[in-house]
Amino acid sequence: MTQDRRDFLRMIAAAAAAGLPLARAEAAAAAGDGRFYDVPRFGNVSLLHFTDCHAQLSPLWFREPNVNLGVGVGRNRAPHLVGEVLLEAFGIRPGTREAYAFTSLDFSRAARSFGKVGGFAHLATLVKRLRASRPASLLLDGGDTWQGSATALWSRGQDMIEATRLLGVDIMTAHWEFTYGQDRVKEIVEKELAGKTEFLAQNIETRDFGDPVFKAWTMRELGGVPVAVIGQAFPYSPIANPRYLMADWTFGIQEERLQKYVDEARAKGAAVVVLLSHNGMDVDLKLAARVRGIDVILGGHTHDGVPKALEISNAGGKTVVTNAGSNGKFLAVMDLEVKGARMTGYRYKLLPVFSRLLPADRDMQQLIVRNRAPHAAKLSEKLAVTEGLLYRRGNFNGTFDQVMLDALMTVKGADLAFSPGFRWGTSILPGEAITFEHVMDQTAITYPYTTLTEMSGETIKNVLEDVCDNLFNPDPYYQQGGDMVRVGGMTYACEPGAKMGARISDLRLKGEPIAASKLYKVAGWAPVAEGAQGEPAWDILSQYLRDKKTLAPPRLNLPRLIGVEGNAGIAP
Amino acid sequence: MNGNEERRKVIKAGGGIGLLGLLAAAGLLPAGEALAQQQWNSGAFGARNLADAVKALGGTPPAENKAIQITAPDIAENGLVVPVSVTSNIPKTESIAILVEKNPNLLSAVFEIPNGTDPFVSTRVKLAESTDVYALVKADGKYYFLKKEIKVTLGGCGG
Repeated sequence: MTQDRRDFLRMIAAAAAAGLPLARAEAAAAAGDGRFYDVPRFGNVSLLHFTDCHAQLSPLWFREPNVNLGVGVGRNRAPHLVGEVLLEAFGIRPGTREAYAFTSLDFSRAARSFGKVGGFAHLATLVKRLRASRPASLLLDGGDTWQGSATALWSRGQDMIEATRLLGVDIMTAHWEFTYGQDRVKEIVEKELAGKTEFLAQNIETRDFGDPVFKAWTMRELGGVPVAVIGQAFPYSPIANPRYLMADWTFGIQEERLQKYVDEARAKGAAVVVLLSHNGMDVDLKLAARVRGIDVILGGHTHDGVPKALEISNAGGKTVVTNAGSNGKFLAVMDLEVKGARMTGYRYKLLPVFSRLLPADRDMQQLIVRNRAPHAAKLSEKLAVTEGLLYRRGNFNGTFDQVMLDALMTVKGADLAFSPGFRWGTSILPGEAITFEHVMDQTAITYPYTTLTEMSGETIKNVLEDVCDNLFNPDPYYQQGGDMVRVGGMTYACEPGAKMGARISDLRLKGEPIAASKLYKVAGWAPVAEGAQGEPAWDILSQYLRDKKTLAPPRLNLPRLIGVEGNAGIAP
Repeated sequence: MNGNEERRKVIKAGGGIGLLGLLAAAGLLPAGEALAQQQWNSGAFGARNLADAVKALGGTPPAENKAIQITAPDIAENGLVVPVSVTSNIPKTESIAILVEKNPNLLSAVFEIPNGTDPFVSTRVKLAESTDVYALVKADGKYYFLKKEIKVTLGGCGG
């Protein structure tokens, strides 16, 4: 090899490390960047949809999962496709910016090439552009909007309410919103959103007399077309989150009530019926096969960035089902053609929000900066530098969760630790500083208490079985969304396709089998029981990181999986 | 039909101590009488499965019937008070019972459906663990059922 060639290679390596786009596919993609958001108009009515932004107002990194297993009817079907299989299924070329947005493939390098995603100022620019070319449109927010950041938690959702009002959200439904407590939610809906954003939930009623708590559905005239939108809040909010925060309300899927509202909307002349749903995609796919008369389900909760809409047949015809990812990373565009008072066609595109390709909207940027300013110093405190990629998503564990588990075990002196399988939380690239804001992105909830409990081996197994069934019950109506509880210090085997009670086996602590009757010290956080106390998770995590200063790549504790050969929901 | 006859019919359809206790607690049956009536049908109370319960009630083995409708949560929000409603679209429905497979007392409630009333009942049952819940309908002297799984979970970890 000549001296020149060696120098050239060194230079390329340095350029790659500095984040310059080099791959041929990436270069080719970059050439078309200017037209990336030119989405040709179709039909006469448009729905813009985002969901599960988790209060992320600034551009961020977000790594999609490489493990998202489907079981039963969901096996090897969207949304349970990851990596190259996902690219192939949706006709996305590897190495492109779309591949970066929809998969975890080569994430750290692709992230440096294509830059951050999301950010409300960039999202606002995109919304404005699309609405300018689509006068007959609605902007729909699927919920999980008021929770997920420090500033949202400290203002009890207020910064997000101001941001979504400015963004021009017409209609929303909810899930984590309820964790601010039922009084706060009512206060916001009645005082802050009135006249601006309709808050819809057909599946919430009072526990005592069964009265509706929120408006179930609304009719909007869009370019002369009557469009009905029905709201579906997360059906299992009082189970997945603390019930005491929404004590007077009862939820559930409420299929029959939904059918009644669909029929009512049709009877009142709706040409299009839309369900704005926080069910989760597997639940929506089942529901679409059972409820008649819904044209489109715009879904969220499971954070599935599914590039195309799925068509589901039912007794009344067909229903189109989508899921629009999370963290402000995507904006969905559903263009509908409505003729003779019915939907005759559609075009769907899930647009990744690439912050570099969209200039920040000035008004939104100002609002974000203004609301963040009083907290800026605290939020930007650098706690440590990470050597590895930190992320949360994945069915069984994420590197950021592993850090949380390690912190819990170290600080609490526990034998093992549990951390909830939340699907929100931003990613951090190797070499970046971990700030207090990043820590809050992982922990900002209204019940952040850390706990140390003595549990018998039998209880430990029961907890794992219980959570695992919420994830892998073959009937989607018995799933709650979220991922498997993260486990630190203890190894185990998991067979997702087995029955409840038989999925978890071979539980071991430092190689020794867990004994059913022996007691173990288990650290955890985010308890749903009323009256729980303990130091907030962000303090434990911050303390751990400050002590570390430099964080080596976490060693991911993953269960040994049984019976997942040939499952397209797992990739290296 | 006088009050006593009606009461007796309820007891015949139900028969369990659980039911009698419930009726007494609800003031529908004087406590003393509830105790006196316990001998009436201990078989139904002791039954460990639906077929045995129906047999003890003097009925033929029940047949699954989709004309029965159970409205209940798929996952209970609170296992201590789980709302369960049953509608029967079977002609000549005489009574509706709600049974919980994994409860120590199988039988949770029995409702008489007088002629000319809507065969719709609603109550709350207590569940300690995930279980099948049965709606048992007696219509024109025959028994029919429909079952639904209700999951009871530890909660948390969603989202």
